[in-house]
Amino acid sequence: MTRLIVRRLLFIIPTLLVVSLLIFVMEEIVPGDVGREILGPYAPAAQVAALDHTLGADKPIVQRYIDWLGGFLTLHWGESPISQQPVFSLTMQRLWNSAQLAALALVIIIPTSIVLGVIAALRRDGIADRIITIASLSLTVVPEFVSGAVLILLFAITLRLFPYPPTIPPGAGPLTRIHYMLLPVIPLMFVELGYIARMARAGMIDALAMPYVRTATLKGLSRRRVILVHALRNALVPTVTVIGTQVGWLLGGLVVVEKLFIYPGIGYLMYQSATLKDVKVLEATVLVIAAIYMFSNLAADVIVALLNPRVRFGR
Amino acid sequence: MDPGYDPEMPLGRPLQGLDGIEGAASGLPSDRLVLRRFVLRSLRRSPTFLTGAGILLFWIVMAAVSTHLTKFGPDSIDPYHTLAGPSGLHWFGTDENGRDVLSRTLAGARTVLVIAPLATLLCLLMGGTIGLIAGFFKGYADEILMRFVDVLLSLPVIIAAIVIVTVLGHSLPNIILTIAILFTAPVARTIRSAVVSEREKEYVQAARLRGEHAPYIMGAEILPNILGPIIVEGTVRLGYAVFTAATLSFLGFGLTAPSPDWGLTISNDYQYIQGSWWTVLFPAMALASLVVGANLLADGLRKALEE
Repeated sequence: MTRLIVRRLLFIIPTLLVVSLLIFVMEEIVPGDVGREILGPYAPAAQVAALDHTLGADKPIVQRYIDWLGGFLTLHWGESPISQQPVFSLTMQRLWNSAQLAALALVIIIPTSIVLGVIAALRRDGIADRIITIASLSLTVVPEFVSGAVLILLFAITLRLFPYPPTIPPGAGPLTRIHYMLLPVIPLMFVELGYIARMARAGMIDALAMPYVRTATLKGLSRRRVILVHALRNALVPTVTVIGTQVGWLLGGLVVVEKLFIYPGIGYLMYQSATLKDVKVLEATVLVIAAIYMFSNLAADVIVALLNPRVRFGR
Repeated sequence: MDPGYDPEMPLGRPLQGLDGIEGAASGLPSDRLVLRRFVLRSLRRSPTFLTGAGILLFWIVMAAVSTHLTKFGPDSIDPYHTLAGPSGLHWFGTDENGRDVLSRTLAGARTVLVIAPLATLLCLLMGGTIGLIAGFFKGYADEILMRFVDVLLSLPVIIAAIVIVTVLGHSLPNIILTIAILFTAPVARTIRSAVVSEREKEYVQAARLRGEHAPYIMGAEILPNILGPIIVEGTVRLGYAVFTAATLSFLGFGLTAPSPDWGLTISNDYQYIQGSWWTVLFPAMALASLVVGANLLADGLRKALEE
């Protein structure tokens, strides 16, 4: 168990370094100049060069990477040359906004998809199973901005159940915020739904075929107890793994959904920094997202190990 | 017909082994042929596959000939009808420039249907090569290639795609290349595990004993036997490639105006959604139908090959 965690950490840290280096180097190849980007196309060349110098953009690349990395590790993430905001607090504040959106999404997604998956498994090959399987499969593959745009059209503009424009007004209370956040959460849910429901369905079907389930039934336990207590526990092992890996899709989906709903999260920040070529913010957001992604995958593996006694005790 | 051939026998892969040994199949229908016939038959009976194939075919035809079918060209402007609702003249209405939404929606299939299949082919080629080499040689080559694959998988696809496209620039070849690079990793993993389970089989050992070169064994012996997983992986990737290409366009990291690309159109016309729903709804539906179609095709094919 400890070995598993240590081995994975030994992979995650160099990978993050490689990713940071790649982005840093790749940003160098990008045509365009920080000073030029800030001052606009009509600024005189001397002024651009002077700004580049004050920003340190004219030093050699290795020097700049080392400077940047040292600062990054000590949480001195500097200031965005474009928005003039401190990168660390900006990133963390946006991350907190995204975390709220993602948490709301997961709170809705996980129970819904597990319940749908279990219903499909119990009604295997019946009409309910077919409808759930086909609907969740179709919703899963549709890009978030497509379902998001249709949802806005249907629920915000036509039925007026949700506010339009969907941007949260400043100073909104928590309930108003949740009301605004419910609509963006649905496209995220659609994309995750299919995977989680499919795993829950497959896990449940496998579990129901196990001898211990038959024993429990023959022992005279109620069907409800057999399903909820005996089968579900084991049925959820593969589901937990897939939830861990789906965090990655969720993070990618956040970029799209936050852009569509103009929600001030880390995905939108990352998108903006890529458009504006704001390397400092881009580095910070991409590394934060990569770290969350890899650690959530690790967490999923650890949870699976904890759920599975063979992994927990064996080898 | 081979008397030992039972048409109802599931032919997942029980017949390999004969394949590599020369002469074993002479005079009989080759196993691969039987397998192919079996797969084709179950595909013809699969509503999932047929629906998916039908949708895909519709869009391929539209991409090819739609400009000859519609009254207006996708770029032709009707200055008297801007943001006009659906009518007898413009069935799907017009956009903010007075362009016909029907023509643009049908022509919008083109870009996606160029990007996604080319990206898929490229990622199969790159991922397939990496997977074959890693799975066949094991040892250091495997270790190094798979760590490289792990690094590629360490970022969510859309995030990595944005970073790469930002660096490479937004041209059609760059978008294809970006998607192909990102999908190389999952393809390599799948192919590698297929190769690992093949490489200990008798027919590979027979080829080794005959003294065949490694490239020959990989290309002529193993490759034909892992075509099933490769085809399945390819169709699955096709669906993801459509998804990713459309998302990149929507985010503004794909093609640029005046392309009728669906993601781009939705992104541009989203601002008019409140009054002019038709500018967004029709391309959205078109894109949704294409991704669902590609995934139904993949699902049907996977089931037929796994049976």
